[in-house]
Amino acid sequence: MTPAKTNRRRRLDLAKVPEATAQGIDERFQVATPLRRVFNKVFPDHWSFMLGEIALYSFITLLLTGTFLALFFDPSMAETTYDGSYAPLRGIEMSKAYETSLNISFDVRGGLIMRQMHHWAALLFMAAIVIHMFRIFFTGAFRKPRELNWIIGLSLFWLGLTEGFAGYSLPDDALSGTGLRIADAIVLSIPLVGSWVATSLFGGEFPATEILPRLYILHVFLVPGIILALIVVHIGLVVKQKHTQWPGPGRTNHNVVGIRMFPGFAAKGGGFFMIVFGVIALLGGLLQINPIWLFGPYKTAVVSAGSQPDWYVMFLDGSTRLMPAWDIHIPLGDGYTIPAIFWPTLVLPGLLTVLPMLYPFIEARLRRDKQAHHLLQRPRDVPARTALGAMAIGFYLVLVLSGANDVIAEAFDISLNATTWAGRIGILLVPPIAYYLTYRICLGLQQHDREVLVHGVETGIIRRLPDGRFMEVHQPLAPADAHGHGALDYAGAPVPKKMNRLGAIAPAVRGFFFPIEKPATPALPPAATPVSPAVPPQQLEDAGTQQH
Amino acid sequence: MTAPPERRKRSPLRRPAGPPGKLRRRIGTTARLLAALIVVGGLYTAFSPGMQATADDEVVLSPAAAEGKQLFETSCISCHGRNAQGVPDRGPSLIGVGSAAVEFQVGTGRMPLTSQGAQAERKTPQFTLDQARQIGAYIQALGDGPELPLPGEDLGKGGDVAHGGELFRVNCSSCHAFGAGGGALSSGKSAPTLEESTDREIYAAMLTGPSSMPVFGDNQLTPDEKRDIIAYIQNLQTDPDPGGWGLGRVGPVPEGLAIFLIGMVAIVFTTLWIAGKS
Ligand code: HEC
Ligand code: HEC
Ligand code: HEM
Repeated sequence: MTPAKTNRRRRLDLAKVPEATAQGIDERFQVATPLRRVFNKVFPDHWSFMLGEIALYSFITLLLTGTFLALFFDPSMAETTYDGSYAPLRGIEMSKAYETSLNISFDVRGGLIMRQMHHWAALLFMAAIVIHMFRIFFTGAFRKPRELNWIIGLSLFWLGLTEGFAGYSLPDDALSGTGLRIADAIVLSIPLVGSWVATSLFGGEFPATEILPRLYILHVFLVPGIILALIVVHIGLVVKQKHTQWPGPGRTNHNVVGIRMFPGFAAKGGGFFMIVFGVIALLGGLLQINPIWLFGPYKTAVVSAGSQPDWYVMFLDGSTRLMPAWDIHIPLGDGYTIPAIFWPTLVLPGLLTVLPMLYPFIEARLRRDKQAHHLLQRPRDVPARTALGAMAIGFYLVLVLSGANDVIAEAFDISLNATTWAGRIGILLVPPIAYYLTYRICLGLQQHDREVLVHGVETGIIRRLPDGRFMEVHQPLAPADAHGHGALDYAGAPVPKKMNRLGAIAPAVRGFFFPIEKPATPALPPAATPVSPAVPPQQLEDAGTQQH
Repeated sequence: MTAPPERRKRSPLRRPAGPPGKLRRRIGTTARLLAALIVVGGLYTAFSPGMQATADDEVVLSPAAAEGKQLFETSCISCHGRNAQGVPDRGPSLIGVGSAAVEFQVGTGRMPLTSQGAQAERKTPQFTLDQARQIGAYIQALGDGPELPLPGEDLGKGGDVAHGGELFRVNCSSCHAFGAGGGALSSGKSAPTLEESTDREIYAAMLTGPSSMPVFGDNQLTPDEKRDIIAYIQNLQTDPDPGGWGLGRVGPVPEGLAIFLIGMVAIVFTTLWIAGKS
């Protein structure tokens, strides 16, 4: 046998490899049928449906960067003397945890950008969760049958907050120590069991030596594990219950209109992951975050100005700052005190967990609504809910701003006392004002939709009548009745309000950054009226162009 | 906090704010002030009635102090009064504040005061440093007080940056914040950023405790420790932020702002780009 012949026989037919592999896998695992179902899943396509994905992708980025950090971090509170390459701290006594964090920043190759990406990804994760939650709330996506996903989502928010707080505490710099001390004070304020819980958590009197190893396990194992499991259930439920969609032509409560999982949605999702990762990498490389080397090691004597938690915990800091120092003394036994800090840091979060979790059920009950809903609602069409949401956001924003009130006072040269009082008054006034304004705006928008449906789109053409009056010409959206009024009903979908939306004048050129198509040449000669009949000409004859 | 009645409390603009560390120095100041008052009072009873301006003739002024007196009388007298004895509701007495306070206040442009606020603001100085020192010499001649070392070597030179950092975090960061970016205090006052402060200004600020800043006398922070602190602040001023743009080194607030205004905005724009809009 010639060697050439052997070669030919052994040669791999590359073109056949995918098919053969797939065949082989299916013969062994029988996955073709279920996979075909998954690949053929249809997802509606709307930008606001990608907000949850931002959270998902920043969570993945957190896992990747966090794993890197864990290779070099040691959560030990044992004392050492720093001898790394950051000169202004050399010779200073500090814990191993702080030392290894400094080493990651200055001595591990690529360590600083990993640390910074990890922190930016955490901020983005929480920001995406909150914005995603707003979109779910304002569009009514939490209604039956998706109440459980709403509850899981809320749990993810609180878990994310816990995870972030634990991470913030790990480097054992002066800021994390300050945060932990506040946490200690909060736990101590729990009636009856406070001091017992605090000593158990910290393994002794604050700061003791146990808290960092415990937080570490929480931060790298327990909480991320629970978050991951809940995300799986969360997205599993989205797949099982199908994604909601906006009302529109061809979209009903019983179908889903959109793109298939494979390849369309998968390509979009994969690309989007890279964009989110890229933005985080840019932030991590260009913007300094949490410069622990400036804070120094934690010492009880050090409390710096501008000691703030990360933004997602700031609302709790704000509620503490606004709370007047009302300690409640209970003359029981040898006297017992509920410190003022108990209300804004434990009772408030408790309410903020339970009330929103129950909200889907409360709303369904008030509306006597037992239907399953798969079509979203435009916020304007449910003014009471939208206004309630605005009220909640107003409340939340006042708390966040109060958490930053010293920085605001410094930046805008206002008295700190003034900002505190502005917060106290704001927390009472802003929510009702937000409710009222939002309600009115919703009604106004509804009104305008109805007007356009009845009278048509404003054309911008002014016509002078024989008696000298001026009138704007309106383009009806549908055949008009005898009074010249459009006969379309509102369908919960956006109503076109501009002529180019109707294709009556040359449409806006498509494309986001640059045109992706050639601008169409206008169908009508320039001399003709740009108000084109939206209805067949003979009908137009009877109806006439609507005038008002 | 109650403090001994001494000259710092005379100005209506001052609030008691110093920590207990000030106490010892205050007692010293009070003693000096009493002495000065006795001298001035005695002279006053001896020469009155009918005379006001002759008391200072008794003090023999160096040529620099004489120059300083001239400057004082054109620019400062309206608020601080003849012989720097203060004018009620306008400016405190400067007897015993020392040349350090004058060099600091005039050198950072705080004095002459132009607008009444919660505290004097740093602005472009109206006088050269030499003129500020001349006024300082005049005030020093009137009533003694803390003095800066003679101009010459940089006061932070040879300081131990790491030790200075430790001292800075314990003594200064509660008001000026970790990155020395400044922070708000109560009643509209604030601790300014130390970005532009020179070695002598930092030294003088510690010695004289302007506005609500406490005095760090030599028994609280030895001259060596002051040198270390100055070296650390200078290190902060020149240290490039290793992590990129420092966002003003004010901590988590600008970071939170950045994630929404930069991160979220950029990503939401991409969603608008890659996904449908209706
Ligand atoms: C418009 C009024 C006004 C003028 C003009 C003015 N000062 Fe003052 N000065 C004040 C007030 C008010 C304070 C107290 C403010 C504070 O502590 O923030 C003060 C404080 C001071 C202090 C600090 C005193 C201390 O206790 O440490 C010094 C030093 C001083 N002035 C020097 C001067 C000199 C020198 C000039 C002239 C170049 C001058 N001032 C011009 C109003 C004035
Ligand atoms: C109780 C708060 C407080 C503490 C603690 C404090 N300062 Fe200040 N510091 C202030 C205030 C308030 C001012 C502004 C005074 C003014 O404008 O009249 C100031 C001003 C200064 C200035 C002048 C800045 C400028 O704009 O010219 C320097 C320098 C300074 N401080 C250094 C220090 C150093 C160094 C320490 C620690 C040893 C320290 N401070 C501790 C409150 C404080
Ligand atoms: C770890 C954080 C979270 C991740 C990774 C995540 C991820 C996702 C993803 C990818 C989707 C589908 C796409 C979309 O509609 O945006 C989704 C849908 C949904 N999410 Fe989340 N989410 C998180 C937190 C939350 C929170 C805080 C809430 C509300 C309290 C929530 C409630 C919902 C609901 C109700 C749906 C179904 C939406 C629909 O079908 O229209 N999620 N989530």
